[in-house]
Amino acid sequence: MTHKTIRVGGLSRVEGEGSLFIQARQGRITDVQLNIYEPPRFFEALLRGRAYTEPPDITARICGICPVAYQMSACQALESICDVTVDGPLRDLRLLLYYGEWIESHALHIYLLHAPDFLGYPSGVAMAADHRDLVERGLALKKAGNELVAAVGGRAIHPINVRVGGFYRAPSKRELTPVAERLRRARDAAVATVRWVAGFDFPDIEHDYRFLALTHPGEYAILSGDVATSDGLRFPIADWPSHVVEEHLPHSTALHARLDGVAGYLTGPLARYALNSPQLSGLTRQAAAEIGFGPICRNPYQSIIVRALETLHACDEALRLIDDYIEPDRPFVPAEPRAGIGHGASEAPRGTLYHRYRLDAEGLIAEADIVPPTAQNQARIEDDLRALAEPRLALPTAELAALCERAVRNHDPCISCSAHFLDLHIHHD
Amino acid sequence: MTRTVVIGIGNDYRGDDAIGLAVARLLRGVTYAEVVENGGDPIALIDAWTGADLAIVIDATRSGCPPGTVTVHDGLHAEPTGHGSTHALSLADAIELGRALDRLPARLVVIGIEGADFTLGAPLSPPVEATLPEIARTIEATA
Repeated sequence: MTHKTIRVGGLSRVEGEGSLFIQARQGRITDVQLNIYEPPRFFEALLRGRAYTEPPDITARICGICPVAYQMSACQALESICDVTVDGPLRDLRLLLYYGEWIESHALHIYLLHAPDFLGYPSGVAMAADHRDLVERGLALKKAGNELVAAVGGRAIHPINVRVGGFYRAPSKRELTPVAERLRRARDAAVATVRWVAGFDFPDIEHDYRFLALTHPGEYAILSGDVATSDGLRFPIADWPSHVVEEHLPHSTALHARLDGVAGYLTGPLARYALNSPQLSGLTRQAAAEIGFGPICRNPYQSIIVRALETLHACDEALRLIDDYIEPDRPFVPAEPRAGIGHGASEAPRGTLYHRYRLDAEGLIAEADIVPPTAQNQARIEDDLRALAEPRLALPTAELAALCERAVRNHDPCISCSAHFLDLHIHHD
Repeated sequence: MTRTVVIGIGNDYRGDDAIGLAVARLLRGVTYAEVVENGGDPIALIDAWTGADLAIVIDATRSGCPPGTVTVHDGLHAEPTGHGSTHALSLADAIELGRALDRLPARLVVIGIEGADFTLGAPLSPPVEATLPEIARTIEATA
């Protein structure tokens, strides 16, 4: 056999729609294409001509799993144009909302999308039949995140309470009390999750990743910060366009990102952890120490451990913020538009999410640019696939395809949101 | 007293995929059921129907039938219909997950509306939008 082609028409347990194409000749991989269909381009066009107040609501619709990330990156970009700083209790509320989203997203990925790979099940549903208590624990954890998002954001999916400058309405301390009750149980579940996933059997693979994540002096960066890389680069978010350039490749509607001319850097949990792990909460660092998990992880399969640690951190920090919460005097800082360009970035569950807007003097959007984490990771995921597949080309195609899908899932790519159909085809050429 | 929940699934930015949401909005405020909009979170779907005597789920379909074809299934006894849906778990998966966790409603009726156009930013297509009154009547007669 000299030729081999693997096509996976719809990747299972990956957010949204996508497909994978790998071609080999004479034992060498000649082509790897992760085909992704991404909606941000459509939204960038949709935003042009809209008012500066609209991106938090419109971009939240790009992703059903990480709407808060879109809202937070959009708000910060627009606030930088309006010369408004959101700090104190309003910033804390934003953090709280964002932690809710991390808990929701990570719990879903850990329990229903990623864990089945380690326990030998074809799906989360199949796993649930044998491990009902475990799956219920994951769902309860996710629900704590949903409730936190609903309490601060107005509703669990596509929060409606976020506006440029802050919120339409700030929750009362009393409204957050029942959320805290559930979060306390969720924090225990998160500790148990860390111990559970640490016991999985991991392939012994490490990649020499070039990591990119936000970094912030006061916290494990989630809401804002400078951009940092594992090879020592550091720049403010306003310099993003001079470092990160997107290019269009024919096989994908998503753009591929290059950092200072080089493709293949990685953003997401492994990157955040490698760059910022000393800033995780005390309880989280203790949990990491207990399982013997060092400060940097380069094994993509162990991203499930990092997500579990980040879930624990999010529960722990959210509880601290609720305990310390004092209702703000007003729910938002007034933001008057002016002509200009603004940049914003935050750490979506899947990695750094960058937004840039240009406003005209009337406050209408002249230009919008959104760089989602999956587009940044795409080249690196293809590198992971190449390294995985080349030594294993002799495996039966179906088996190799399953391994490749698994390697893609390590990075939890959010390929697009949300259509209600996805067909899976695997065939040989 | 029986508890009935009507759940419309969809995405406003994906053309006919929004039909489930349009139905939920049309029925908002009815007295015979709780009405829930679902943006595609399968776990929220399970949460919404857990403990209900009757759940009616409305979702767009893509099966090759003429656009606007309305189908009504028994969600508890129908054959699972393979892959599909948002976020890696389809409606069929959500039903199977609910079954594994013993969190299904006593009765589950799935109303499917065949879509014509699922492109980003498209409005509901005329044959799909035209089904709204019929679906509302079907739901009221079922509840």
